[in-house]
Amino acid sequence: MSAANQLYQEVILDHNRKPRNWGKLEHASHHAEGLNPLCGDHIFVYLRLRDASVEAIGFEGQSCAICKASASMMTQSVKGKRVDEAETLAREFREMALGKLDPSASGHHLGRLTVFSGVRDLPTRVKCAILPWHTLHSALHSIARASTEGDADPVPGSGLERAGHA
Amino acid sequence: MKSAVTTPRAGARADDLGFDVERVRQDFPILTLKVNDKPLVFLDNAASSQMPQQVIDRYVRYRSREHANIHRAVHYLSEVATREYEAVRAKVRALINAREEREIVYTSGTTESINLVMHGYGRKFIGADDEVILSVLEHHSNIVPWQMLAQESGAHLRVVPCNDAGELDIDAYRSLFNARTRFVAVGHVSNALGTVNPVKEMVAIAHAHGVPILLDGAQAAPHLQVDVQDLDCDFYAFSGHKMCGPTGVGILYGKAERLRAMQPFKGGGDMILSVTFDRTVYADIPQKFEAGTPPIAEVIGLGAAIDYLNGIGLDAIKAHEDELLRYATDRVGELSGVRIIGRARSKAAVLSFEVDGVHPHDVGTLLNEDGVAVRTGHHCAQPVMQRFGVPATARASFAFYNTLREIDVLVGAIRKVQKVFAG
Repeated sequence: MSAANQLYQEVILDHNRKPRNWGKLEHASHHAEGLNPLCGDHIFVYLRLRDASVEAIGFEGQSCAICKASASMMTQSVKGKRVDEAETLAREFREMALGKLDPSASGHHLGRLTVFSGVRDLPTRVKCAILPWHTLHSALHSIARASTEGDADPVPGSGLERAGHA
Repeated sequence: MKSAVTTPRAGARADDLGFDVERVRQDFPILTLKVNDKPLVFLDNAASSQMPQQVIDRYVRYRSREHANIHRAVHYLSEVATREYEAVRAKVRALINAREEREIVYTSGTTESINLVMHGYGRKFIGADDEVILSVLEHHSNIVPWQMLAQESGAHLRVVPCNDAGELDIDAYRSLFNARTRFVAVGHVSNALGTVNPVKEMVAIAHAHGVPILLDGAQAAPHLQVDVQDLDCDFYAFSGHKMCGPTGVGILYGKAERLRAMQPFKGGGDMILSVTFDRTVYADIPQKFEAGTPPIAEVIGLGAAIDYLNGIGLDAIKAHEDELLRYATDRVGELSGVRIIGRARSKAAVLSFEVDGVHPHDVGTLLNEDGVAVRTGHHCAQPVMQRFGVPATARASFAFYNTLREIDVLVGAIRKVQKVFAG
């Protein structure tokens, strides 16, 4: 099965159709905006932290299926987790998307999130999958705005798509 | 190929003009590629077109037998390179029917051509509270340089709107002129929608107000017969790599008196008559704007591309591309759940579309599974996307080497995308 066909499977399509934890969170303690200017993915992540744990999380925005499903499954994965656990997941997810973490190996905490592992073979789409996690990281650190470009690029030097001329 | 699918509008049909798409395709080695085990269907020609073997061969011959720096030395190779390099100016002059060869300036591409006019003309003649007219359909390369100028000089940008079909509002354009209007910069053909703007009329309106006008011809030169004397534009900019030539080379046409009035943009070798530490005397046009060692091989490759296009015939190219556009518009247009964006009466072979409920990037990734290459995104024309209320579109853009059968593949692939997302 090709990388794209492997990626556009039921779990991801379902989260795209029915995103979980969708919408702005009332009484958020932290939030951040994530933007991928190349494809127009634009999401907002809202958090309510209590005792260094993610008590509640929500997201909204406009994005492709990979980004939206990634955000949806991210919210499920980090809800109720401690901040350091959420950060570990963000790092592991990023490494998996870049092909630096083998999802079939043991010792990671990704669980169902490994459905996104195929994105490593679609270099132009890696940033779509990572953007929600990067935005989560920004929200946890109270950085208002995340971008997949410039200094804020979560995947610097990876040879990913740059702004095209057409 | 036989093409009895649609009835062409007025004008000759491509096959009546001796055009045989299957024979033409044999000139393009890249078209035999397979992508994901499917034959490549290359529909991203508005971003960059493919190169025929004739251009590749010319490029290789220059690299293997003719290379030296130009305008510098008296030895054999420098003379050959200089002669071949300068001969292309005559080809470009003839292609766009400029009056004189010295009105043809070599640049690195359309973007540099426009930036050259901004720096050379704009910074000299446009000041605080002056106005520059652009259109909502512009590519970023015909917006950002003028914004930079506006920021530095205190000038203001005025934007011509378009209707829901993607056609510029010419009455609104007319009403934007006032005593402060100093310059107009508009595209000949919209890269995002394919709209062919009524540029001859727009030039006449600008000139009636005594205002010079630049036309961004990046998307026009590969598809239309351009006649800069007939258009009467002051500047015309285009790129080599969108017309079967190499990347890294483009053209700025300027009327001789306009180019003369401009200040140079880059200083360096080859653009001077004499240099002392007290004073430099610039060379005449066009060398005044061509500092440094230029992309010699690329210029010579562009010359070969012009020869190639002339060999096929721009009339036949246009007739075939019109047929492709008509067929694609009909076939994609009849798909339910697909919206074509840009329905101008006069269009080049560009089809921007949206699939309901599917982001264009997902469309593009899945089309690629079937070997179909389209562009997805904002096409460096974010104001167009904002105008039509979409973050991005998928865009199929055709060249004369595309076939009706490839459009059938595109349509089948869009259906598959809909099936995947229907769940």
